[in-house]
Amino acid sequence: MIIGESGSGKTTLLKCMVGLNEVDGGEVLFDGRNFYELDFKGKKEIRKEIGMLFQGGALFDSKTVEENVVFPLSMFTDLTESEKRDRANFCLQRVNLPDANKLYPSELSGGMKKRVAIARAIAVQPKYLFCDEPNSGLDPKTSIVIDNLIKEITDEYGITTIVITHDMNSVIEIGDNIMFIYKGDNWWQGSKAEILKTDNQEVCDFVYATKFMKDLKSKF
Amino acid sequence: MNIFFHFGQYYILMKRAFGKPEKRAIYRDRIFEEMNSLGIGSLGIVAIISVFMGAVITIQTAFNFESPLIPQYAVGVAVRDSMILEFSPAIVSLILAGKIGSSIASEIGTMRVTEQIDALEIMGINSAGYLILPKIIASVLFNPILIIFSMFLGILGGYVFGLMSGVITDFDYILGITYEFRPFNVIYALIKTAVFAFIIASVPAYHGYYTKGGALEVGKSSTKGVVYTSVLILTFDLILTQVLLV
Repeated sequence: MIIGESGSGKTTLLKCMVGLNEVDGGEVLFDGRNFYELDFKGKKEIRKEIGMLFQGGALFDSKTVEENVVFPLSMFTDLTESEKRDRANFCLQRVNLPDANKLYPSELSGGMKKRVAIARAIAVQPKYLFCDEPNSGLDPKTSIVIDNLIKEITDEYGITTIVITHDMNSVIEIGDNIMFIYKGDNWWQGSKAEILKTDNQEVCDFVYATKFMKDLKSKF
Repeated sequence: MNIFFHFGQYYILMKRAFGKPEKRAIYRDRIFEEMNSLGIGSLGIVAIISVFMGAVITIQTAFNFESPLIPQYAVGVAVRDSMILEFSPAIVSLILAGKIGSSIASEIGTMRVTEQIDALEIMGINSAGYLILPKIIASVLFNPILIIFSMFLGILGGYVFGLMSGVITDFDYILGITYEFRPFNVIYALIKTAVFAFIIASVPAYHGYYTKGGALEVGKSSTKGVVYTSVLILTFDLILTQVLLV
């Protein structure tokens, strides 16, 4: 998980990782393959292995839920129409949206949009899943549902998942390895247990900013 | 220097748009979808404008040709040539620039600010090719049909309203529209239309594709797209007329 204050550079880092932003230097390695040293074809191959959950879902407005999930399958597989529909239905059931096939994104709630976006991301069985603030704009209950879904899918499919968030509840719920970004730098890195014990001032200011976290700290 | 930056960026975008499609069948379907939304969806407005343009040209020309030295059938000649040479290809293209151009710029601009274009890129899809190429092909193929339709309705509108208002007789109008007809004029009009169609689809798409910000910027991109498209249509109208007719 990548955490940090608003404006610290989390989303910029994520966009650099997936190749949406040009980088001035450094490397982005996908199982040893440096993304920025690859040619157009190589980059395209890596992108086919990436699933991404955008902050707003980024569903295609003109397509129904089912068409959104079918879309990457149509572009990159030779499955028949019925096979694609079966796969889409399976993915939608996996994210607990079995009856939303014919709805348009404008008819969905924020949480449903995120779940459809997850279904679309897993449809092509990615190796890497990137999530940009999956809980933004969601109520606490729906946030937990989305967090758990990301965790379950990561474990179930053996995906490497990178989540960007500033929600400490998510970090505690599903965090594994955590990176704290401060003013654009990799300021601190460690496990969930370590972040709760660290005495790094900037990390502590961020982690214990809420009363809930302060109370939690006082119990330790 | 700004103009060179935009020209360079436009050239790069077009190069990407004309890149190899991921799946030809999907692009083919997209072309038909765009023909339906951009072309068929414009039939109504083109029909209304063309009929009224033809009618007004007929009445105005008849009003100005009151000299006994000018034969009555000259009204029909003027209506035919005005519609074929200029009004149908250029004026209808300007109207389509407003209708289709704003729709293309706002559609692609909205997709940009809501990260839908980023989603396409992440999937490994050439977003410029997927979004822009079908619109260009659909416009270049369908706009000439719209313009021929416009020419026909314009001349028909002139005939109907000319007779109804009594400014010209049936015989003179028919004689006028068939008098020394040059088929090359239609070819010239279709060449102009194809060039304008490329501009109508590609320039607003460029402005939409590079939208930055939110809803306000989408509106600005849409306006910019229509304004630049209109200016380019008028510029190329002059250039093509000079090259093809003079």
